[in-house]
Amino acid sequence: MWESRFPAKQMSSREQETKNPAEPKPAPPAPLIACPECDLLQREVAVPLGGTARCLRCGAVLYRSIRHSLDVTLAFLLAAAMLYLISNIYPMVGLEAQGVLNHTSLLGAVHALLEQHLQIVALLVFVTAVLAPAVEIGAMIYLLLPLRFGRLAPGSALVLRTVGKVKQWNMIEVFMLGLLVSLVKLMKFANVVPEIALWSFAGLTLLMTAAAASFDQHGIWRMVSRRGSAETESIS
Amino acid sequence: MNRYLPTAKDYGVIPCRACGMVSRPAPTAEVQHCPRCNARLHPRKPGSITGCTAFLAAGYILYLPANLLPILETRSLDGTQENTIMGGIFSLWDSGSWEIAIIVFIASILVPLFKLIALTLLVFSVRGRLLWRPMQRTKAYRLLRLVGRWSMLDIYVAAILTTLVQFRFLANIEVGPAALPFGAVVVVTMIAAMQFDPRLIWDPVKEKGDRHE
Repeated sequence: MWESRFPAKQMSSREQETKNPAEPKPAPPAPLIACPECDLLQREVAVPLGGTARCLRCGAVLYRSIRHSLDVTLAFLLAAAMLYLISNIYPMVGLEAQGVLNHTSLLGAVHALLEQHLQIVALLVFVTAVLAPAVEIGAMIYLLLPLRFGRLAPGSALVLRTVGKVKQWNMIEVFMLGLLVSLVKLMKFANVVPEIALWSFAGLTLLMTAAAASFDQHGIWRMVSRRGSAETESIS
Repeated sequence: MNRYLPTAKDYGVIPCRACGMVSRPAPTAEVQHCPRCNARLHPRKPGSITGCTAFLAAGYILYLPANLLPILETRSLDGTQENTIMGGIFSLWDSGSWEIAIIVFIASILVPLFKLIALTLLVFSVRGRLLWRPMQRTKAYRLLRLVGRWSMLDIYVAAILTTLVQFRFLANIEVGPAALPFGAVVVVTMIAAMQFDPRLIWDPVKEKGDRHE
């Protein structure tokens, strides 16, 4: 992967004297960016497609350049939305013994926790495995779909902020691993029957990871601010 | 490198933690908002160390019941067997699934312990304004953020097992009292890590000299 490190520049802008009045004005200096992990002040630099811009001092990822980011992310998100619905409607796995098949969906597991009076644990599972993924997928589609057609959905800035906050609480990959570990533990008891949602959860995990990897947050913020009505008074 | 490396704080500008835009706050005492996304602007996360310490303390306290109380109770014809998290790992190992035993050990024992200890060391290093290896400390912080969520594994496993293993004459699994404190440890340590502002690691490095590895 291409990496470009760029030197920290001073704050004052470099101005060139134009001798010929017909010449176009010099481009404004690149916007400032401060490293979120070490606070080093730097100027943005163009990154080749597929590359990453990293902080000069601590190497933190500042932003990436992703090919067709908007289209690719949207594609993954829309597919993820469909798999999400399937994953929550259908059962994930079943256990068969004594002629009885016990099978459950994710919501069924939350319900079982509620029945054992473990309301807080049930809430925890619900928020991290059902609610957070839904909010993340829904909010990103709400934001990106209009952008794909050149429009800005109302409240885009707020939605983008929410996406940033909710990402940390989306634990669908951990849940997937939990599902697999449960399968192994269940095999000790009786016959394990894989069901539809097992496969759709696997697909959902992959799609959400792919969507997150192709999501160009930096670029989307630029689109949101450019098309939005908010006045930007940035330091240049 | 002995070059002067300016931070945003040095110049009196604030990067927005939501959208990244760097802006200069008006010289009033009120909290300012980002001109692009309207999020509140703070030069450093307010109450970062106090908040982190508070959540860490809670995490340490909850860690004891989380590991000492049983997380699963299996009722079968042989009787009732209560398993703590460590007990569950042993039983996985004994029954031959040693790979899964290792995964659960890493996720449920190592990761929470690592989070608690590493974050404590980070907080102490910031409180003492130490110059020790800021790059290593930043990498530790990144690892903390990445790895925190995986401790939720045992909670999901317990939830699925208890839902499915409900056979009156074979076995019944119920979630034990460790579930709540354990879930709480995961959440609390995640919040503690989110509270910690990694820029605090680098602040004294700027003031006392340019040493970074």
